[in-house]
Amino acid sequence: MTTPASNASGQAVDAYTAAQQVQDATVHHAARTFRLWRGAHGEGGFEQYTTEAIDGMVVLDAVQQIQAEQANDLAVRWNCKAGKCGSCSAEINGKPRLMCMTRLDELPADEPVSVEPMRAFPHVRDLVTDVSWNFRVKRQITRFTPRAPDAPDGTWRIDQRDVDRVQEFRKCIECFLCQDVCHVLRDHHKHEEFVGPRYLVYAAALEMHPLDTADRTTQLKQAHGIGYCNITKCCTVVCPENIAITDNAIIPLKERVVDQYFDPLRALVRLVRGPRNS
Amino acid sequence: MTDHQTLDHDVLVIGAGGAGLRAAIEAASRGVSVGVVCKSLLGKAHTVMAEGGVAAAMGNVDDRDSWRVHFADTMRGGQYVNNWRMAELHAREAPERVRELEAWGALFDRTADGRILQRNFGGHRYPRLAHVGDRTGLEMIRTLQDHGIHEGLDVHMECTVVTLLRDGDRVAGALAYDRERGRFRVFRARAVVLATGGIGRAYNITSNSWEYTGDGHALAYLAGAALQDMEFVQFHPTGMIWPPSVRGILVTEGVRGEGGVLRNKDGKRFMFDGIPDNYKAQTADNEEEGWRYTQGDKDARRPPELLTRDHVARMIVREVKEGRGSPHGGVYLDISWIKERLPKAEEHIRKKLPSMYHQFKQLANIDITREAMEIGPTTHYIMGGIRVDGDSQMSTVPGLFACGECAAGLHGANRLGGNSLSDLLVFGKRAGEHAAEFARRHGTVNLNDAEIHDAERLALAPFERDAAAEGPYQVQESLQTTMQNLVGIVRSHDEMERALVELDALNQRADRVSVPGNREYNPGWHTALDLRHLLIVSEAIARSALERRESRGGHFRDDYPEKDPAAATFNNLVRRGRDGAMILTREPIPPLPAELAAIVAEMQS
Repeated sequence: MTTPASNASGQAVDAYTAAQQVQDATVHHAARTFRLWRGAHGEGGFEQYTTEAIDGMVVLDAVQQIQAEQANDLAVRWNCKAGKCGSCSAEINGKPRLMCMTRLDELPADEPVSVEPMRAFPHVRDLVTDVSWNFRVKRQITRFTPRAPDAPDGTWRIDQRDVDRVQEFRKCIECFLCQDVCHVLRDHHKHEEFVGPRYLVYAAALEMHPLDTADRTTQLKQAHGIGYCNITKCCTVVCPENIAITDNAIIPLKERVVDQYFDPLRALVRLVRGPRNS
Repeated sequence: MTDHQTLDHDVLVIGAGGAGLRAAIEAASRGVSVGVVCKSLLGKAHTVMAEGGVAAAMGNVDDRDSWRVHFADTMRGGQYVNNWRMAELHAREAPERVRELEAWGALFDRTADGRILQRNFGGHRYPRLAHVGDRTGLEMIRTLQDHGIHEGLDVHMECTVVTLLRDGDRVAGALAYDRERGRFRVFRARAVVLATGGIGRAYNITSNSWEYTGDGHALAYLAGAALQDMEFVQFHPTGMIWPPSVRGILVTEGVRGEGGVLRNKDGKRFMFDGIPDNYKAQTADNEEEGWRYTQGDKDARRPPELLTRDHVARMIVREVKEGRGSPHGGVYLDISWIKERLPKAEEHIRKKLPSMYHQFKQLANIDITREAMEIGPTTHYIMGGIRVDGDSQMSTVPGLFACGECAAGLHGANRLGGNSLSDLLVFGKRAGEHAAEFARRHGTVNLNDAEIHDAERLALAPFERDAAAEGPYQVQESLQTTMQNLVGIVRSHDEMERALVELDALNQRADRVSVPGNREYNPGWHTALDLRHLLIVSEAIARSALERRESRGGHFRDDYPEKDPAAATFNNLVRRGRDGAMILTREPIPPLPAELAAIVAEMQS
């Protein structure tokens, strides 16, 4: 049986908390160095911080600890800290990742951990970028358009296999890491002409939704620039939800575009009847 | 001089989780202009964390289910201090709200005949939770978000409300700042809907993110509204506990719904030892029957792991306190054992609980298909909140509405898992509907410039103070420690009296904090402003908990461990007195109408 104790600030704790504190004391501590990007509106550079890291810590823990103890005004965006909301995207040691799902013990211990903002979006301050472009893009994609209900009570009958087929795309947490790494956006700044991998996944989820009746093929080809993607799969590599973005979303959509636009028979039909959804 | 822009909306919705979005969509559909203010980016609110499912008595899996059973389950789970009108409306309307989501694009898992599949959950008599694996909340918020962006809402992302504005007794809008530039925005509105979620950041160990600082509760309180039953805080029994940096992160109840069991360090399923009398008739008394229940046997009773959350959390604390806990101060939650019963169990677990699998693998090096998880209670939800009218969701302030977690009533003393997602749909819709109606029926509002100016000056004060003064993070941490230790899962008179003294001192420290830097995306400043809200809700929780001299639902008193039948007849209300002090009163609960009383009586057997 554990006994009541007090914590570091002298406040009394109950036996339950005390039991946990005993365990916390056994955790291994080590100083780690971080290079965090500081500055605003694209100006700035890395600043070095040292903080105490403990077993199991993720990068976001360290950043928050530095924020609380050394740099109260350090700008960082985060919410759930469990890999479910996609807010804390950043470039860690040069790689686009979620800060909350990157453990310190998987990064080299003998060199500083560098954390900088995503580079494909306008910089706001420190680790925060302006990702509002993504929210504007989404509105341009034709919304979900269901078929008439299957049953008189207004409900549908759907096979689980048809649900499973699109679940992969619906796992997306909108962290925008795929947008960040995509060279069409990051290097060529085609934000006006190309919606990026996130919204191709979104379009795929709608196109393959068992109830949806809209056709987004023309839109994908013309307004959304699917042709810009040359399937280098960088987006797939960085996806924290392990969505096979290129293989399962983008390539099938490209095939639909090809079928509609470059199949000679369909081209003939289109010539006679006019394009769908135009 | 004031330095704000002023924006006009008929209805202003504060908060963009499930409740706020549902309210906004409903209000917009009724032809009024709607503004939505959200503290984070759109689609990041805590609704994404909801895992298990949304409770609605559709009867797709077990046709014995009906709104009447759901109503009775909710009242029993809430220990009869619920707002019974809300419990009734919720049970009646939840199925339609879930079907509506499907029409907007949500894809739930299916039954063999293609209907929405429903799963078992704690306190629900029949399989009732529509779900998508273990990421139901993400599916819901994304559906509402993707539907809402085409409904003409004006969404103000990363914008935080500092104070509500009034015109006489009536609410007239809100003063907010945008995170990016730190500039003030005044929203003038004929009706305001609060949908700000919870208060989890008042505690050290919580499943809640930085946003959940009781903003809606505090804003309503400061605007003159009554808060109800603030002592009822839900400590979810299964949060991660190891390594320390993940402590508090939620482990879905769905693990237990799929057959996961709780064991102490001796391997014993301790939950069989303490089944409360009012649940004995419907709880399995052996492991075999419990397993059959999780596999859909309609004749089997539920395993004790699926008793209500308040009870399971206390049982876990008891095991730990009596020295039978796991190495890191929790107990074991084991789903891997089902391989003894099921072929291809590993694949089954990964399919049914994909994000749990991922979360433990990545954050704790645990493969849940092979080993047990270590878990312990985490602050998760507050049943108490802004007192509202059951039908309209209007608070005691005219034109001010509240829905979702920040509103009180539906859940009574303890919320059943799955009832929050249905809560935010049912009452989000109702709040949006009635706010639109209120805005239409009432004329324009006038704002008081002097009041706005004062509020702006107050908000900027942390920049003006001595730079050597204490920062906001230290005060926040002390506050969390005070609440965790003194007003936590197990409470007593002396500890809570001490908490009130400490809160008083913390109030003074909060008044002196200073923040470095400027107004642009400055989390230190935001934390300083959130402190005021955290302190108000913490005091409300402590005062209400002191006043309730019994144990009921989420509120457990060491010094009054029994339930007091006389205490089932009132709700605790707190209001701000004229002198600024918190006033606590008891409000009698109106008796159940005959029809509802008959349902409760019938289902008790």
